[in-house]
Amino acid sequence: MEAVEIKNLLQQQLGVDIEWCSDENGVGDPFAVVPAEKWLEACRLARGHEQLQFDYLRALTGTDRPEQEVIEVVAHLFSYRLRHPFVLKTRAQRTQPVLDSISAVWPAAEWYEREIFDLLGVDFRGHRDLRRIMMPDDWPGHPLRKDYQQPDDYHGIPTSRPRAEEQAND
Amino acid sequence: MTELVRIAENRQELVLNMGPHHPSTHGVLRFLVHTDGEVMSRAVPEVGYLHRGLEKMAESVNWAGYMPFTDRVNYLEAMFTNQVYAMAVERLLGVEVPERAEFLRVIACELNRLANHFITLGCITMDLGAFTPFVYLLRERETINDLIESLCGNRVTHNYMRIGGVAHDVDDDWLRHLEKFLDHFEPLIEEFRALIVGNEILVRRMAPVAVICAEDAVAWGLVGPNLRASGVDWDVRRDLPYSAYPQVEFSVPLGRDGQGDAQSIAGDCYQRFLVRVEEVRQSCRILRQCLQKLPAGDIKAKVPKLIKPPAAECYAAVEGARGEIGCYVVSDGGPKPYRVKWRTSSFSAMSIIEHISPGLMIADLVAVIATLDVIAPETDR
Amino acid sequence: MHSIYQAIEQLSLGPWGRDILFALAVLVVAAAVFMVALTIAGVLVWVERRVAGRVQSRIGPNRVGPIGILQWLADGLKLFMKEDLIPECADRPLYRLAPYLLMVGVFGAFAAVPFGQALIAADLNVGILYILAVTSLSAVGILMSGWASNNKWSLLGGIRSAAQIVSYEVPAALGVLSVVLLAGTLQMNGTEMAPGIIRSQGGWPWQWYIFHNPFALMAFFVYFTAAVAEGNRTPFDLPEAESELVAGFNTEYSGMRFAGFFLAEFANVYLMSAVATTLFFGGWQVPGLTPAEMQSSPWLQLLGLAVFVAKAGVGCFVVVWIRWTFPRLRVDQLMGLCYRYLIPIGFACLLGNAAYLLLVPAGSLADNVVHWATAAFGLLVLALFFWRVGYHLRRSGERLDLDLLARGRRGPFEPRWQHRAWGAHRRQAAKEA
Repeated sequence: MEAVEIKNLLQQQLGVDIEWCSDENGVGDPFAVVPAEKWLEACRLARGHEQLQFDYLRALTGTDRPEQEVIEVVAHLFSYRLRHPFVLKTRAQRTQPVLDSISAVWPAAEWYEREIFDLLGVDFRGHRDLRRIMMPDDWPGHPLRKDYQQPDDYHGIPTSRPRAEEQAND
Repeated sequence: MTELVRIAENRQELVLNMGPHHPSTHGVLRFLVHTDGEVMSRAVPEVGYLHRGLEKMAESVNWAGYMPFTDRVNYLEAMFTNQVYAMAVERLLGVEVPERAEFLRVIACELNRLANHFITLGCITMDLGAFTPFVYLLRERETINDLIESLCGNRVTHNYMRIGGVAHDVDDDWLRHLEKFLDHFEPLIEEFRALIVGNEILVRRMAPVAVICAEDAVAWGLVGPNLRASGVDWDVRRDLPYSAYPQVEFSVPLGRDGQGDAQSIAGDCYQRFLVRVEEVRQSCRILRQCLQKLPAGDIKAKVPKLIKPPAAECYAAVEGARGEIGCYVVSDGGPKPYRVKWRTSSFSAMSIIEHISPGLMIADLVAVIATLDVIAPETDR
Repeated sequence: MHSIYQAIEQLSLGPWGRDILFALAVLVVAAAVFMVALTIAGVLVWVERRVAGRVQSRIGPNRVGPIGILQWLADGLKLFMKEDLIPECADRPLYRLAPYLLMVGVFGAFAAVPFGQALIAADLNVGILYILAVTSLSAVGILMSGWASNNKWSLLGGIRSAAQIVSYEVPAALGVLSVVLLAGTLQMNGTEMAPGIIRSQGGWPWQWYIFHNPFALMAFFVYFTAAVAEGNRTPFDLPEAESELVAGFNTEYSGMRFAGFFLAEFANVYLMSAVATTLFFGGWQVPGLTPAEMQSSPWLQLLGLAVFVAKAGVGCFVVVWIRWTFPRLRVDQLMGLCYRYLIPIGFACLLGNAAYLLLVPAGSLADNVVHWATAAFGLLVLALFFWRVGYHLRRSGERLDLDLLARGRRGPFEPRWQHRAWGAHRRQAAKEA
């Protein structure tokens, strides 16, 4: 199926307006944005609907968009059986980002959501084991955010080289 | 003295820390193994020890200047990561890569696949106790390292590809040396097969161990040889063709019940091992075809000095040695990337380990980690 | 040792004098045997590293001494100079005791191992039983080191090893028992009057116990497999599996304590080969000479010693060769091999040998025919093996590197185009163009 047809099918099944973004010159990938409250339903539909059958979650990415005050979560989907790709996005409010977890739909999403939680701070409701994955458990802040300030030290270990050398020379 | 905290749920359980420093040479990976003596109840992977923030770093360097960083995403498959990033940006820019550059990319990538599989196969046998095949494969890998070093200057972290093509050209001497290496190496695949592939002890260690069925493999996002060993016939080179792959012929090995040994099941460790051995032979075949078909021409398309792709986003994927490596780039029209995300195969492979670990023995966990081919830089980026 | 006792008996000293002198003699002989065993262990370390290097198509140690022959001395010196570390919460007395127990378990057995006709420290009349008993002490030492290290990985290694050693005692004993049945005695050397195990065999291959009858041939393999498993060698080295347990039960040991473990393991390799030689390969018997003839001349005694060490050396080489060829068995497969295969086969061999002794009178034509037939079969297998080796050597063509001592002779496949510097070949090509 073509990406536009997939988007129309989703829109029809979900009953809400889906934002569609596609470049007329064909630059880049087109994507569809569903509202946050329909995220889990859209994913379930994508996996289960017989014309869609997106059985492979290629990647789940989080992008911080401070100018739109949202954190975007992007799911790249693919169907091995029907051989069509799709890009599905949703947006979470930047101040208190909360989304439904889709790890029940694709178990692969478990670790991707942990990574988005760790690096961007999005809370996923219904996740089995949501904790930091890359950073240490007691790290302050979320590094991939655009306004992230690196802390000066971590338990006394300086995070920049000049300070480390200073400390060594003391 | 620090406080000791009890993690085990009951007094009968032993919690072992297969810590970040471990002789299984897969990098800094950590497993908390809950076990009752020998049989595990689960093995929880902990990652992040090699997290270098490569995705965040992309936001502070230029589009073209990010290329050396892509090597570090996976230093054993640096050519693939180079290529996928270049492909993603080229798609945004609408640049067409010249024919010769595409073939050179394929040659470099297949050489890298060979080098990578040497390490993987060697590490599988080494982790199971047979040290000698690892040393033999490293000896062959030395020639590949020499070839790549004369191609681009580095034995690892090649930084060979550029946006629009490749950085350096090859001459007939290099091509002749590559052919000589292939002539020398292809009989050694048979030697490897005779030496260790059919070895009874190896087969019994791997044959019906840790079976991952096809549905699980797809649902948990396994890719590459892991996916094919579970029976799913999918290869990005053949099914979503890119670069010069449509012009070369190769077959894609698949895991099957009973292949190689009567007790082996599709999706177990032995199938994952066999698929990689066959892939080595197919890579040699691709290299020979590329040697014949390499056209003359430019090695790099004309791209502007300061790359500024239009504000769009793109996901590109290649079939790396470990599976699909995907690169999702988001551009805001500026000289630096807005977001770069790496989809790596080791990340998904690590996540399935907790799911398949109950009931395995600790010795099997080692076989599983080795055959799933999990390495730290790809997992943590 | 017995001869020394008899010599001291002749001297007329006070009531305590003889005993004191004898005690001193015992100490001297024990020290000599210990030194010999340590040297053997050291040389075996060198052999292992060199053989490992050549098997893996690399060189092995070649810096310290002509072909790296002094490497083990350098390593020993290094270990001697290392800091003596004891982990914080380790059980100190047990931690300190464990290496000694293991060393006693291995080096104590050397007291009853023959080197030549007159060269045996204590030709006990329960010789082989003593050896089997003393080597079991090593299980205690390993378990102790695993526990005392206060490290879960060491504990696992210690437990696995204890289970392995204790289990594999049985097939080893069964293999030995077959020979004891055939010889009728537990004594290793024996005398003219009461021949021991070696004296009951002869110099020629068909007079060896391994070719005595097909059951004895099987008993050899049962014994050898069990002995390799007892020595914690690959393919049974799960207790010290590097890729899983770092170093298993000796993870936390460093310096001389680790040297103790290390040397004990290599001495054990020689021990198992020497015992196999004694039991199955005719020991120090030289083909064509009888023990009576050998007793008279010291040169023939030396010849017997050389023959024994050569046979044991071949056994050691096979053990080392196996280590660098095979992967390792998982612990349940290891135990399965012992209890489900080796023990039944060992019992079958024992019964077969007993039946053979009952049915076929010793020395009769039928007996000799069986000896020759089994020996012929063994030699046929060996010939097939060497033929196969030759076949592979011929087929390898230019890929073969037969420089066994790795002295640096260049082989036919020598890539002439080595690139170490970026761009070098281009400059070269540009120069030539």
